[in-house]
Amino acid sequence: MTEPRTEPVRKIRTPIRLDYTMTAGEAQSRFLRQIANRKIFGQRCPECEKVYVPPRGSCPTCGIATRDEVELADQGTVTTFCIVNIPFAGAAVEVPYVCASVLLDGADITLFHLVQEVPVDEVRMGMRVEAVWVPPEERGPTLESIKHFRPTGEPDAPYDAYKDRM
Amino acid sequence: MAEWCAVTGIGQTKHGARRGDVSIAGLVREAATRALEDAEMTWRDIEAMVIGKAPDMFEGVMMPELYLADALGAVGKPIIRVHTAGSVGGSTAVVATHLIHSGVHERVLTLAFEKQSESDTMWALSSRLPFAPPIVAGAGGYFAPHVRAYIRRSGAPAHVGMEVAVKDRLNALRNPYAHLHMEGINLEMVAASPMLWDPIRYLEACPSSDGACAMVLTNEANAGRAPKPPAWVLGTAMRSEPVMAYGRDQVNPQAGRDCAADVYREAGITNPRKDIDVAEIYVPFSWYEPMWLENLGFASQNEGWKLVDDGVTAFAGEMPINPSGGVLSSNPIGASGMLRFAEAAMQVRGQAGEHQINDAKVALGHAYGGGSQYFAMWVVGSEKP
Amino acid sequence: MRDVAVVSFAQSTSFAPDPLRNEVELLLPVMNEAVERSGIPKKEIGFTVSGSCDYLAGAPFSFVSALDAVGAWPPIIESHVEMDGAWALYEAWVRLQVSDIDSALVYAFGKSSIGDTNEILTLQHDPYYVAPLWPDPVSIAALQARALLESDGYSESDLANIVARSHKSAMSNSSAQRTSETSVEQLLSAPYTVSPLREHDCPPVSDGAAAVVLATGDLARRISERPAWIAGIDHRIDSHSLGARDLTSSPSAALAARNAGANQGPVDVAELHAQFSHEELILRRAIGLDNGTAFNPSGGPLCANPIMATGLIRIGEAASRIMDGSASRAVAHASSGPCLQQNLVCVLEARDG
Repeated sequence: MTEPRTEPVRKIRTPIRLDYTMTAGEAQSRFLRQIANRKIFGQRCPECEKVYVPPRGSCPTCGIATRDEVELADQGTVTTFCIVNIPFAGAAVEVPYVCASVLLDGADITLFHLVQEVPVDEVRMGMRVEAVWVPPEERGPTLESIKHFRPTGEPDAPYDAYKDRM
Repeated sequence: MAEWCAVTGIGQTKHGARRGDVSIAGLVREAATRALEDAEMTWRDIEAMVIGKAPDMFEGVMMPELYLADALGAVGKPIIRVHTAGSVGGSTAVVATHLIHSGVHERVLTLAFEKQSESDTMWALSSRLPFAPPIVAGAGGYFAPHVRAYIRRSGAPAHVGMEVAVKDRLNALRNPYAHLHMEGINLEMVAASPMLWDPIRYLEACPSSDGACAMVLTNEANAGRAPKPPAWVLGTAMRSEPVMAYGRDQVNPQAGRDCAADVYREAGITNPRKDIDVAEIYVPFSWYEPMWLENLGFASQNEGWKLVDDGVTAFAGEMPINPSGGVLSSNPIGASGMLRFAEAAMQVRGQAGEHQINDAKVALGHAYGGGSQYFAMWVVGSEKP
Repeated sequence: MRDVAVVSFAQSTSFAPDPLRNEVELLLPVMNEAVERSGIPKKEIGFTVSGSCDYLAGAPFSFVSALDAVGAWPPIIESHVEMDGAWALYEAWVRLQVSDIDSALVYAFGKSSIGDTNEILTLQHDPYYVAPLWPDPVSIAALQARALLESDGYSESDLANIVARSHKSAMSNSSAQRTSETSVEQLLSAPYTVSPLREHDCPPVSDGAAAVVLATGDLARRISERPAWIAGIDHRIDSHSLGARDLTSSPSAALAARNAGANQGPVDVAELHAQFSHEELILRRAIGLDNGTAFNPSGGPLCANPIMATGLIRIGEAASRIMDGSASRAVAHASSGPCLQQNLVCVLEARDG
């Protein structure tokens, strides 16, 4: 016969798992399909004419649909960044790694991505970078088709060129 | 003609990494009952409730106002749950003041909480969304690049962040409710702590806490019957801007500047440095203190760090910031904004105990959230103008 | 109190699950339509507030991206509740009582199709004692339906009548997802999902959005020919514990209705947030509505149920009946939580002059 419990029950473990099928949305779907083709397309707002990448379907300042597609180069400028030292479950790469805001040439807002192939303490604001794509057979409709960005070796962009778009 | 709103009761929990001694209901009741006791009121006196917290993934309970209806004495009453990301503790209080200002209710309980230990905070903040690589490692991973941009823009010396980290933890030693009580904290300790998201070090970052904060808000007639001096709400404001938009300045957001302008106008503040005696502002990563000092008009652009470096914002300084220890010392995310508002009210009521700033008559409470895009603020005073 | 009216309402043209558009894309045309119909330029609207739910969206802070549809630049005065948009409308109504702001935009959205709401909604229950049992919302509703049928002299035919009427009414609602001309006999011959409820007694899975513009006094009179004035609005909550209350009644709905003044005049139209057919019987009694009222002319939640917007849509639909002249006085109801735990009642009326 088992002994009766004398200690209070202080906690219970209740695992929760929920599965969702996320919708990319029309604007993002167009963007992602082009990413699978090794192309980066932003969208321009018909009113303020700013180019958003990844496109969000609606211009955040004007609140209207952005539909005009603009092809962008796969290179740009690091406007700001941080060096991540904390590992977390499901992270794309090992620590330390650089997570950067990259302003693609022709875009008006930055996107977050990794900067690799350079020692983390040599990454700089203003550094010119280019996308490193995964091999064609691995490309798909996801920003992970871009493995990371790496320095192009060009001279840094001047601060004034990006300071308003960080 | 708007009704005056007064804070007549304030309560908070002892904040900690894991409040394993209470359920979620127990945690909120700890804060709520303290607020009611402070106001010498009972549950029956409360007409309506406004509660707030951050994403439900932090506890694994969807829409917890439903589960908490009984624990909060809300059966038969109206209860609303606000969610505006990190600013929620502040915006919850603001929404509650509207119930009083409008005359819809006379006595309202407002409460904000987070029991983060129930779930996994880092996971909840780093949610793996499809179509993009998992690279943003928690809130710090999002804010660190903007801290770097501020340092570059302002030319601030590297030690300023560490000065804030030390100041707030020393202040927390005067606050029995604070989560972190770091005896002997100094610059060397902070400098030696690991770099988490360069340029933010471990000891420059907020903890993850379980905690709750509650306030009793009443109209003028009820404030007149309250046992202790109330804090009068002199102004409230809320402003939002999009997370990713051309023209955004994430270091000195327009929404923050506009929100401050709104609340100062309403409260009759023309010179924040002079008119405000103490401020509790939302600083989850140390560098946000100089950044918010500029955003709030306490310092001009690129000069905020000088106030820190010169000791102006220290406990004994001319413009003390976060005498409670701030978010850097206690961070139950949903409650943190309300703690700022409550601590500001405690200052002007003279009930801040060991962390009381002498002669505090006008205080600012500030909260922000999301990608530095949601702002909620209030100004409270010991006198009704 | 300041006079506040609904001056426009818009909802998705279809609530069927949408695999192509995300929440922002569903919301954008709806929001812009409501704003355009109001006649108030978007940038002049004084306050914006929304309702939505992270667990429904499968992501924390899911309401943040919706701000893109608003165009929040320069920065706006804005708030959000993690509740049905009806409560966001309540917050807007309160905010408008403070006299510095004259108009408000209220919106709500959700895609119930992306997750399994039968699992997600279990998380609304007490996390220590009930949620770990994963009690799905249909079973919980069926508990209440069973209690009602056993105690109050209602029959399954009464449920089927409500379904048949709803589906028929929905035929004149171009947004409705379920419409039909079925008979009570046909409905009763369908198998149970969870006894005593059949599939048609339960709401469909819907994706969609809704938006309402509110305006105060003179502004409302200037921009709308026939504003739907909010004569009263109130909300209350019952105990969370299903064992602690009589499931055959809804005290919070009754109290909210009383405080909102629902019975201070004839009710031409009632739009009730009854996601399950039996709930309408409980709500009719709680609010005090008889057969002189037209119930859910839109078809109601049985015909389209975009969770988080369903309650706001009840207010919008009731307001539309006032605005289009087909009703003089209407009651709209919204609900939240298992077995009608929390209820909001909004009384709308036409006024001369």
